[in-house]
Amino acid sequence: MGAVAHVLAVDAVPARSQMGSSLGFHIILACFGIAFAAVTLIAEWIGIRRGDAAALLLARRWSKVMAVLVAVGAVSGTVLSYEMGLLWPGLMGRFGAAIGFPFSVEGIFFFLEAIFVGVYLYGWRRLSPWAHWWSGVPIVVAGVLGALSVVAANSWMNSPAGYTLRHGKITSVDPVSVFFNASTPYETAHMVLAAYMVTGFVVAGVYAVGLLRGRRDRYHRLGFAVPFTLAGIAAPLQVMMGDIIARFIAHNQPVKFAAMEYVSTTTRNAAEWVGGILLNGHVYFGAAIPAFDSILVGFSPHTRVIGWDSVPAAQRPPLVTLIHLSFDLMVGLGLFLFALAAWQGWWWWFHRRLLVTAWFLVPAALGGVAAVAAMEAGWVVTEVGRQPWIVYRVMLVSDAVTPSRGVPVTLGVILALYAILTVVSIGVPMIMSRRWRQESPAEEEADQVPYGPSPARASPARPPVRPAVPRASSGGPDTP
Amino acid sequence: MSPSSEAIAVAVILFVVIAAYALFGGADFGGGIWDLLAGSTGRGEAPRALIDESITPVWEANHVWLIFILVLLWTAFPPAFAAIMTALFVPLSLSLLGIVLRGVGFAFRHTAQQLRLRQFTGAVFAAASLITPFFMGTVVGAVVTGQVPVHPAGNVLAAWTSPTAILTGFLFVVACAYVSAVFLVLEARQRRHQDLVRYFSLRAAAAGVVTGVLAGGTFAELSVSSPYVFGRLTGIALPLVAISIAAGVAVLGMLWLRWYHAVGLRVMAAIAVATVVWGWGLAQYPYLFPTSLPLAAGSAPTASLVALFVVAALAVLLVAPGFALLYYLQQRRLLTAADTDTDLRLAAQWEQALPGQPTAARAPAETRMATALVLAMLAIRAIKNVFSPTHRP
Repeated sequence: MGAVAHVLAVDAVPARSQMGSSLGFHIILACFGIAFAAVTLIAEWIGIRRGDAAALLLARRWSKVMAVLVAVGAVSGTVLSYEMGLLWPGLMGRFGAAIGFPFSVEGIFFFLEAIFVGVYLYGWRRLSPWAHWWSGVPIVVAGVLGALSVVAANSWMNSPAGYTLRHGKITSVDPVSVFFNASTPYETAHMVLAAYMVTGFVVAGVYAVGLLRGRRDRYHRLGFAVPFTLAGIAAPLQVMMGDIIARFIAHNQPVKFAAMEYVSTTTRNAAEWVGGILLNGHVYFGAAIPAFDSILVGFSPHTRVIGWDSVPAAQRPPLVTLIHLSFDLMVGLGLFLFALAAWQGWWWWFHRRLLVTAWFLVPAALGGVAAVAAMEAGWVVTEVGRQPWIVYRVMLVSDAVTPSRGVPVTLGVILALYAILTVVSIGVPMIMSRRWRQESPAEEEADQVPYGPSPARASPARPPVRPAVPRASSGGPDTP
Repeated sequence: MSPSSEAIAVAVILFVVIAAYALFGGADFGGGIWDLLAGSTGRGEAPRALIDESITPVWEANHVWLIFILVLLWTAFPPAFAAIMTALFVPLSLSLLGIVLRGVGFAFRHTAQQLRLRQFTGAVFAAASLITPFFMGTVVGAVVTGQVPVHPAGNVLAAWTSPTAILTGFLFVVACAYVSAVFLVLEARQRRHQDLVRYFSLRAAAAGVVTGVLAGGTFAELSVSSPYVFGRLTGIALPLVAISIAAGVAVLGMLWLRWYHAVGLRVMAAIAVATVVWGWGLAQYPYLFPTSLPLAAGSAPTASLVALFVVAALAVLLVAPGFALLYYLQQRRLLTAADTDTDLRLAAQWEQALPGQPTAARAPAETRMATALVLAMLAIRAIKNVFSPTHRP
């Protein structure tokens, strides 16, 4: 059985590659779907509340970028929905009744998100300022709850629960246990925080580049500070969450954990490997911290850590080096981002102004790339680490894959299309920003001009907002 | 074994969702088709602008119906979902390709500044609007004719290349164009583009006639390829089919009379689409795949179905007000794309004065009204005659 599964698993390679690339692409856009609305709403809030023209300009422009990203995200999300069936009919045919439930809940939130995105993006011109602001709030809520539902489906594949299987057929389902399986709280919290970090650091990174190029006006400072603050709050929480999750995985999916940490045999005093390539049972180029893995898992060097020798070879994940290095990359980048946030926070605490030296801004500009890389690495760990199972210890990937012959073709098409989509979702905002600078350079530099005397603002549709009020909250990090 | 009442309830929800997607999603696809057919850049500018303005804010929300169809299908009827996805891998992949390209076109066409690029992305958007409904139609055709095996060993080419399936594909395309044109007539009218009202009225009428002809063709083909479904379509589902035809004729009549009643026309078009979808559902009952996979054997355990029911109720509670708001704002023309910053600044200057309501074009000639009534009665009688039990094979 094991050997047969192994051979068949080769057949699943194109399907796995297609699913992996689709998911890896969509998840970046999903992050923006979850968190970008929050970033934009904060800017708009500052703009309306304080009559801050720069903040409003930022919010308007961000919402346009959001329009592009949400459109591409809706499309790549549809691709994933199709692929659940096109690539894994075995999974859906047998377990659709269970795993389908969280997806159906997600449908509601996707709906709400799409509706209010429509209102928010196209309501700028003709809705009153606060009505417009409130039309964005459901996007934030639906983003988080939608993420919760979809990630719950993925968690279920890691911790299947809430169903009875008889003769290969599901005979009863407990939807609540399916939704709130053992992995759900950990995975969803991890993902939502990751979404805020990715969005925050990517957007902040764009304005860090602007600041580095000498555009140090309020527009760029705010453009950096708002998303960076949000991501900076998420970063320490994420580090804590990551630590908790690692311990959970050590108990819940010990073989995955063994692959993450290079634990070949079950042992006490397990060493923590940093880096390193596994070849023929030996770790090369890695640094081992004695007993530290045991300490991380159970706060004592005597903690027993389960190795991958606990299961037959056919049930161990492939590509152990990839899993381990991805894990290290994720942890390393997460700590790097945490350090960046702490640095800015420290400066802000003592100086009450934004730290804008090149020493800080250069790594901050790279923070977006780092956040995306960390998140992708995390998904590699959880998905490759679950192999060869599609539903952990219940169904093999090879039993779920489609018998249709066309997968290599669709894989090629998907890769080509996603190359185009990548160009679109990076290129379009870049074209937009260049055009904005050409069209109205003055507006960005108009430092600290509140709503201003321009007759433009005197219409009934957008009445002059209350002029700058004294600090009402700590929401705005940059008040010269 | 007869299907449980939960399975029937979820199947009903599924067909309500399919009807919604056919109507709203279909109209958006149809918009793309008219965009494709609008001619050269100069000539097609006005209709293209109207199509763009009426689709852009709502297409994403309309698209979600499709996700709901997939989710309902795989949660409530997993074996049917798995079989369809395996056997019809090719047309489903192609319809997905259309969806992706359409999204790319949407995302890019508003940013592209050079005419050449704009034309290209516009063409991608339009062409994609053609492929997607066509291949979705072939999928439905394959299911209706019972050509999808319950345990397929791979793609089944013959299932979706049968004459019925291909005809259904074309039928979907023209039906989308028809619904879309009807909606666009009203959009044009709301914006007081008299030329475009004429323009889309003519196209709605033409598409309506072609839809009717193709529907007839598909119907005739069904009598051979799927006797079970045909039998029920001319039996228990006949009232639905008749209502659909009557509503379709009524829409044509209203257009001909230039009686552009905003609600009436929309409702008639909606009835025409929804009843034909429900007729299909009723005709398949109690099978998921006519005569090979019964509903009872293909549905999920009761708890899953009940959960879906709850989700659907929640969706109605949460989503319906949202949708109402979206369409309300869109109809009041409070949702507009602001393309540039100049535009955004103009927004601030926007005078409240939505130009006052015009004096509606009143009183269509009475003779035309009378003729329309007579024709409608004749049409209904003809339908009755064709489908009356004595004529059934």
